[in-house]
Amino acid sequence: MSARVQTQAFDSGAELLGFGDGAGAVVTFTGFVRDDTGQMRGLEIEHYPGMTERALNDYGAEAARRFDLTDWRIIHRHGRLDVGEPIMMVATAARHRRAAFEAADYLMDWLKSRAPFWKREIGPDGSSEWVDAKDSDEAALNRW
Amino acid sequence: MTIEVLYFAWLRERIGQPREQIETSAATVRELVTELAARDEWHAAAFADMAAVRCALDQQLVDLDSPLGNAREVAFFPPMTGG
Repeated sequence: MSARVQTQAFDSGAELLGFGDGAGAVVTFTGFVRDDTGQMRGLEIEHYPGMTERALNDYGAEAARRFDLTDWRIIHRHGRLDVGEPIMMVATAARHRRAAFEAADYLMDWLKSRAPFWKREIGPDGSSEWVDAKDSDEAALNRW
Repeated sequence: MTIEVLYFAWLRERIGQPREQIETSAATVRELVTELAARDEWHAAAFADMAAVRCALDQQLVDLDSPLGNAREVAFFPPMTGG
């Protein structure tokens, strides 16, 4: 049970260890900085220190209750990230796979639209623009 | 009462500062926004499209009609884009 907000990179493989004996299934999702245009240098991610940690812990605890998880981890980076770098990951551990898959999906939907992070895309000339929120991300919350 | 007001992302850029202390008698978040928007052209620009503004009271998401209550910290920001 942990949520971390950090600037440094993380190792998704190393984060798979230490889930304990009750975990028959661990699902991990890792998001990477993607360049759809072939022109992007990277991302700058801003967050709300204090609220971010609180929100990630709240959503993790809610997922654990709802899907009967034995453990969970959330890591989200902020600051400057290059294309191809990992941005964030969730790991959900449960006795059986279905709950672990569903909890990871649930957590991602909540993090996308309800965790206080804001992305800015850095273009080829170094200028940057805020990324708009997607209606589809907001709509995804209605599934739960 | 005195309340700490925080701004993030493009709201911070439009207002030109990340936080400020405000003396207010507003009863709700929406009333506070009306007071803030009247301060100067930068605040007015930041709050011009309230459909694009989200709010947290003491680090919990709330809607604009929420009472301010005894909140010590209010934050305004655009829709979130994490993940």
